[in-house]
Order: sequence, then C-alpha cells, then structure tokens
Amino acid sequence: MIINHPLLGPRDAQEFTYLGDASLIDRPDWSAEDANEQYYGYAYLRDNPAGLHRELWFHEQGDRSWLVVTRNTLTHEITRVEFASHVARLAGRSR
Amino acid sequence: MRYSGFRIIKEALTGNRGWQPAWRNPEPKPHYDFVIIGGGGHGLATAYYLAREFGKSRIAVLEKGWIGGGNVGRNTTIIRSNYLLDGNEPFYEFSLKLWEGLEQDFNYNAMVSQRGVLNLMHSDAQRDAFTRRGNAMHLNGADAQLLDAAQVREMVPYLNFNNARFPIKGGLLQRRGGTVRHDAVAWGYARGADTRGVDIIQNCEVTGFRMTNGKVQGVETTRGYIGANKIGCAVAGSSGALMAKADQRLPIESHVLQAFVSEGLKPTIKGVITFGAGHFYVSQSDKGGLVFGGDIDGYNSYAQRGNLPTVEDVCESGMALMPMIGRARLLRMWGGIMDMSMDGSPIIDKTDIEGLYFNGGWCYGGFKATPASGWCFAHLLATDTPHETATAYRFDRFRKGLMIDEKGVGAQPNLH
Ligand SMILES: Cc1cc2nc3c(=O)[nH]c(=O)nc-3n(C[C@H](O)[C@H](O)[C@H](O)COP(=O)(O)OP(=O)(O)OC[C@H]3O[C@@H](n4cnc5c(N)ncnc54)[C@H](O)[C@@H]3O)c2cc1C
Repeated sequence: MIINHPLLGPRDAQEFTYLGDASLIDRPDWSAEDANEQYYGYAYLRDNPAGLHRELWFHEQGDRSWLVVTRNTLTHEITRVEFASHVARLAGRSR
Repeated sequence: MRYSGFRIIKEALTGNRGWQPAWRNPEPKPHYDFVIIGGGGHGLATAYYLAREFGKSRIAVLEKGWIGGGNVGRNTTIIRSNYLLDGNEPFYEFSLKLWEGLEQDFNYNAMVSQRGVLNLMHSDAQRDAFTRRGNAMHLNGADAQLLDAAQVREMVPYLNFNNARFPIKGGLLQRRGGTVRHDAVAWGYARGADTRGVDIIQNCEVTGFRMTNGKVQGVETTRGYIGANKIGCAVAGSSGALMAKADQRLPIESHVLQAFVSEGLKPTIKGVITFGAGHFYVSQSDKGGLVFGGDIDGYNSYAQRGNLPTVEDVCESGMALMPMIGRARLLRMWGGIMDMSMDGSPIIDKTDIEGLYFNGGWCYGGFKATPASGWCFAHLLATDTPHETATAYRFDRFRKGLMIDEKGVGAQPNLH
C-alpha cells in the first residue's frame, strides 16, 4: 500500500505503524459523570466497518507525524490522507 | 451411510455406485428452534453438538457462500493446547481431547495427526517464560516437555542453531499437538450434523435481524426471512459487519492473515516448529508442501488478501530459522480474515438482545478451538449457561478489567 502523505507525497506503508480507528483521537473527558462507561467504549469497542474506515497511521520511519487515512477495508484503496493534528483541531481540540 | 474400510472395499468391488452426497441441500424452512449463522468450523460444530450432545432438533446452519470457504479452509491447520492463562488453558485442553476422539465420533477421516508442536526459545528470559507456561499446562492436565538445545538439535538438526542474534537455546514441546486436515473438519461436522437432521443451507447470507421489544425473532437472508427461537452468530472475521446489523459494537477488529505453501518436498519436517524470535511457524503437509505463516498484516481488512511487506517479513523469519527453506519455491499463498479481539482471547456469550448469542474473537488461533468452541456454544444455546471451560469468555470482561491477555500487550488487536 502507498500512503499519500500530505507533505511528503507518496510513501510506502511499511514506513508507518498502524494504531487503529481514528475515533481514538476523541479521548473522553475523564471528569465526566459517566467517564467509566465512555472509556469502556473508547478503549474496547470498535465499529470495524467493511468499507470506508478512518484510521490512524504513524509515520515512524519518516517525519513522525500522525495521519488520519481513509481506506476501504474491502479493497485496501486509500482515498484520503490528512494530518491527525488538523483533524483534531477541526473537531475543536487545542492540539 | 457409515464410512469404513469394509465400505471402501465393497464399493470398489461394485463400481463405486453406492456413494451418496455427504449432506443434503435443503430449502430453508420458515422457522427453526436454532439458527446458526456461519458455516465455518465453529458454526457446523455448534449445530453438530446441539443435535448430538444436547438432543436438540429443528436446527439450521446458514452460510453465505459454501461451507468450508472461510477460515476453516484457509488456516495452517495447527492444533495445540499450550496456553498460559487460567481462562484459556482448560478450554484448549478440552478441545485437544475432543480432537483426539473426533474421527471416531463423527465417522469421518479428518487426518488428525499428533505429530508434535515445538516452540523454540532463543534467550534465557524466554526459557523462564516457557518453563512457566509448561508448568501451567501440566496443572491443567496437558502435556509439555522442556527440551535443551541438544535435544532440539537431535529432533531437527537442520535448523540454524548458531544464528549469532537468535541462537536456539531449547524448546517447549507438546507431543499431543499437531495438524488436522482443515477441510475435512468442516465436511465431517457438516455430514455429522446433516445425518442428525440439521439443515445446512448454503448461498444464504444473513442481511439483517428482525426484532421486537429487544428480542430477536429471526433473520433476513438472501433466501428470504427465516424465523428462530435462538440465533447463534459464528461468522469469525465477519463478526463486526454482521453484528453491526443488530446495532452491536464489538471488542473486535477484522485483520488479514496470510498463509503460504511451498512445492512438494520429500519428508523433512515431522511436526510443527515455531520460531521464538520472530513470528514464523512451519509444518509439512502429507502431500509434502511446507505450510507456513507468520504475523497478521496489521491493519483492518475484510479483503481476504494481504500485502507484500508481510510476505517478505515471513520469508525472512523462515530464512533466519531454517536457511534451507530458501531453496523451496512458493506454490500458493492466500489470506483469511481474523476476528482479532481486544485481549487476544475469544468470546462465547449472550448479547444484550434476548435470543441472540455470539461466538467470535478467535484471532488466528480458532481452528484448534473448533470442537470445544462448538461444544461450548451449543452448551450455551441449549442451557443458557456457559460451559465450565468457557466461563471466562464473556463480553463483560472488558468492562470489568478481567482481560485474558496471553501476550500482555493491551487493547491493541494487531499486536495479539
Ligand atoms: C491464514 C490463516 C492461518 C490460520 N492458522 C491457524 C492455525 O494454524 N491454528 C488455529 O488454531 N487457527 C488458525 N487460524 C484461525 C482459524 O482458521 C479461525 O480462527 C477459525 O477457522 C474461525 O472459525 P470458523 O471456522 O467458524 O470460521 P470461518 O470458516 O471463517 O466461518 C465463518 C463463516 O461465516 C460465513 N459468513 C460470514 N458472514 C455471513 C453472513 N452474513 N451470513 C451467513 N454466513 C456468513 C462465512 O462465509 C464463513 O464461511 C488461521 C486463520 C488463517 C486465515
């Protein structure tokens, strides 16, 4: 697989390590009433779709950036690559 | 029809005209007591034991393709019970015992071959860990034997013992482990279930569930609606996609695992050998091909095919362990979709929905579990209580922090 890095261009997926579903960006608020329940879902439950999947890849042997890659789990085709920091900021996070 | 040596001779003398199909091809009925989704090893074994062990009837197995087309026909056929943790070892030992009597039980030659599984160790720390694992196996009635380097060398002289980085320091041997002809397991269970009245319905994909007031009534399929009192889901790698149709999120990710077979060679490898310094395992099939594999590719996938970096990694590990493997040509390779759970251990449990039961999370080790998985799932479906060897395989272990994490790597499915 080739991941089209937003800054560095097309890079071999071997340069990256895979973490999992991009929902891992949305760490729940530890001080919420139902934090236990939220963390259970956050840490252990997954949508695991057959089709488009937004997922986190770390450019370990490159610029060490975290990327959100949109990839089809049925074909492995990658349709979109964004910086995770950008995605997080768009979602209202400070960093 | 019972299979036997006598039957083969009789058929040979009468022109082989007496053989019949091993199972029927029935039309689905409108309603069953039990519907099992997934005609893999686990689904078929569940139906078989429901009928044979628990005396149930009106059972159907629904399979979207053909039986044996999933992981049960794609795995590298290794069986063993060399686990460490209490939640796992009694279950896998129960499974190994069932394998030992399986062929007589379902009257089918599954080529169960207890040729031994040898896990190699390459460091002092690994020797400590294997000693502990061997002791845990003994405590649960399994066999395990610690070998030193000389004993390993005697068994398998062709390995690379003097690898500077990963010298072979010994091994943990389970002689009762081995290999089984995987397709024959699906066929044997299918035939055994069919003989006991189970309807095996192929080309029948479950596309949805019909529910009222939190109770499941039946399934929508590509061959129409089928009602059921109890529904058991045993679809391995497709667990996430299927259970999403019942609005269930699972502690599971689907990943692709590849397997490889070389051209046929003269008998070289007697049992199963696993490399302890990388992920590589190899055995030799009765046809002579070296059957081997290694790590999962490591990203979510439903594609049933993997990528080249993993091929390279597996072959490098093979070369590090037994350099002569480099002379063999690769004949075939393929992928299967693993239901990788969050702690690397399976789930056999009820769901939040009344009448809907779940069996999955087998990772890359569910073939050896097939008999016990079928038995325990049948136990749960028939009695609504877990079998004594499967009490830990619950959904709520994640909520309660009671993980069964053999490797201790945490909620990271691609590392299990
Ligand atoms: C390459 C590889 C090597 C492996 N090596 C080993 C090994 O050496 N030892 C070991 O113990 N394990 C091994 N495994 C794991 C083992 O094969 C699996 O854990 C086990 O087979 C899963 O259970 P099953 O047989 O029921 O799955 P499957 O055979 O995959 O059965 C699931 C069935 O459900 C069907 N299905 C899916 N969705 C639907 C639907 N909506 N409606 C109807 N039917 C549906 C599928 O078509 C499939 O036939 C390996 C797996 C792979 C891929």
